[in-house]
Amino acid sequence: MGEVWRLLLDPLQHMFMVRGLIAAVMAGGLCALVGTYVVLRGMAFFGDALAHSILPGLALGYLLGGGSRDALFWWGLGTAILAALGIGALSRGQQLKEDTAIGVLFAGAMALGVVMISTSRSYAVDLAHLLFGDVLGVGDRDLLRLTIFAGIVAAAVVFFYKEFLVISFDPVLAITLRLPTRLFENLLRILIAITVVVALQTVGVALMVAMLVTPAATAYLLTHRLPAMMALSVLLAALSAVVGLYASYYAGVASGAAIVLTATGLFLIVRWIRRTPS
Amino acid sequence: MALMNWWRMVTLREREARHAPGEPLLEVSRVSMHYNGVLALEEISFTVEPGERIAIVGPNGAGKSTLLKIIAGVLTPTAGSVRVYGHGPQGHLCIAYIPQRNQVDWNFPLTVADVVMMGRVGKMGLLRHPGARDWEVVRRALEQVGLTDLAHRPIRALSGGQQQRMFIARALAQEAELLLMDEPFTGLDLPAQEGILEILERLRQQGVTVLVATHDLDQAAAYFDRVLLLNRRLIAFGSPEEVFTPEALRAAYGGHLRLVSIGGELIAVGDTCCEGG
Repeated sequence: MGEVWRLLLDPLQHMFMVRGLIAAVMAGGLCALVGTYVVLRGMAFFGDALAHSILPGLALGYLLGGGSRDALFWWGLGTAILAALGIGALSRGQQLKEDTAIGVLFAGAMALGVVMISTSRSYAVDLAHLLFGDVLGVGDRDLLRLTIFAGIVAAAVVFFYKEFLVISFDPVLAITLRLPTRLFENLLRILIAITVVVALQTVGVALMVAMLVTPAATAYLLTHRLPAMMALSVLLAALSAVVGLYASYYAGVASGAAIVLTATGLFLIVRWIRRTPS
Repeated sequence: MALMNWWRMVTLREREARHAPGEPLLEVSRVSMHYNGVLALEEISFTVEPGERIAIVGPNGAGKSTLLKIIAGVLTPTAGSVRVYGHGPQGHLCIAYIPQRNQVDWNFPLTVADVVMMGRVGKMGLLRHPGARDWEVVRRALEQVGLTDLAHRPIRALSGGQQQRMFIARALAQEAELLLMDEPFTGLDLPAQEGILEILERLRQQGVTVLVATHDLDQAAAYFDRVLLLNRRLIAFGSPEEVFTPEALRAAYGGHLRLVSIGGELIAVGDTCCEGG
């Protein structure tokens, strides 16, 4: 018993682990909350594209801000919101299918980001942080920013619960109830954008879509009430964050990837238990 | 309390248009609709009085769904206008549109009561949660369609008839006066269809007006006050006897409908069924 406690408490002697745990739980929980809508509305590809397309913005912030986290954050946020609204506008175009248009743009944006970062000397390390996250490098300011923005996004999801529900389940009903449908669609996209930027330090650009989709997908298999799905999703994400970080501490593997793998494992287990044909 | 009233005033903004007295419940005048240069509806005009039950019939692609969506204010016609009690549909909360069942994600994590409560969202205003009155309205709506016992059942576990009745309850929760139903009978067995028709009969007594798009000419003739025969143009509109003439049916269906005369009675055979339209 004492051995278990030692294993659990040992890593907490390091401040970077404590901050990393708090950040991973908060960012993961936020992604999971917003992710319920990503899953229910079939926006996984949108989330993935969004995460990738902010790379040039991050690169610019990185080159101009001299590595300051603040600059990185604000440039990322600006790009993300622009990209979210831009992809929304694209989806209303008629010529190309939406996923084709998104695919073309996000791969292009990603390439642009990589080219920009490659002009810097510490290219490999910095690119790796942006792509795969750097949760153990979270500072106090990062944590404060994460808390504030997570609070804002979570509050919006709660306050506009019934509006988001109606536009997601039945957009035609939303129109006959005379809700400002377009406004809420865009608000939801902006909330996803903020979430992605805020959570970036945890898992990075490349694995972001897993944070948005995996815990929510697991919760989706377990319940038939939306509030329950949201709560479960957040819980599963928090659990994945803690287990993943401990695993990365003891096994010495990349922390963001460990968190995502844990979430994926939980999904597969639930999927297997729930495999009964119905 | 004062603050809450103020918030309600700000967020609701008198969104609902007044019902002008003396105006018909629904007046469609010279409505045309083009999709990418293709004509879907051409110069449709008709008027509906309160409490009427209207069947909209016509072949696939006749524009039945398009017409219903224009009346609901979901689509904007290329030309012409729709007036509900003298105002455009965009100003009204009293129009309910019930989608075709295959347009709905039945795996959404919702219960029957959750869906019916959605009908109240327009009345609640921003940042407000369902109150005692909203729950009472939902309870009564479920009772009217006979779904009280299934209120907490997930929607994925409903039969076709129950799905349709749930949407009628949602329309009642919305306090709809004009109910637009897109192919509500498609894929339902006979008892389920009759259950829906009974509910519609009761709604008529409450003064709710119903427009139903349907493929079933027989049903349209037997249960509806007036029939609107549509194939991009309005071919005929009136009582079933007036509308179902060989000329009108041929004009609407062309070769897709065979008319057989048996013992002096005219029988229509074989409308191509069913998706889309």
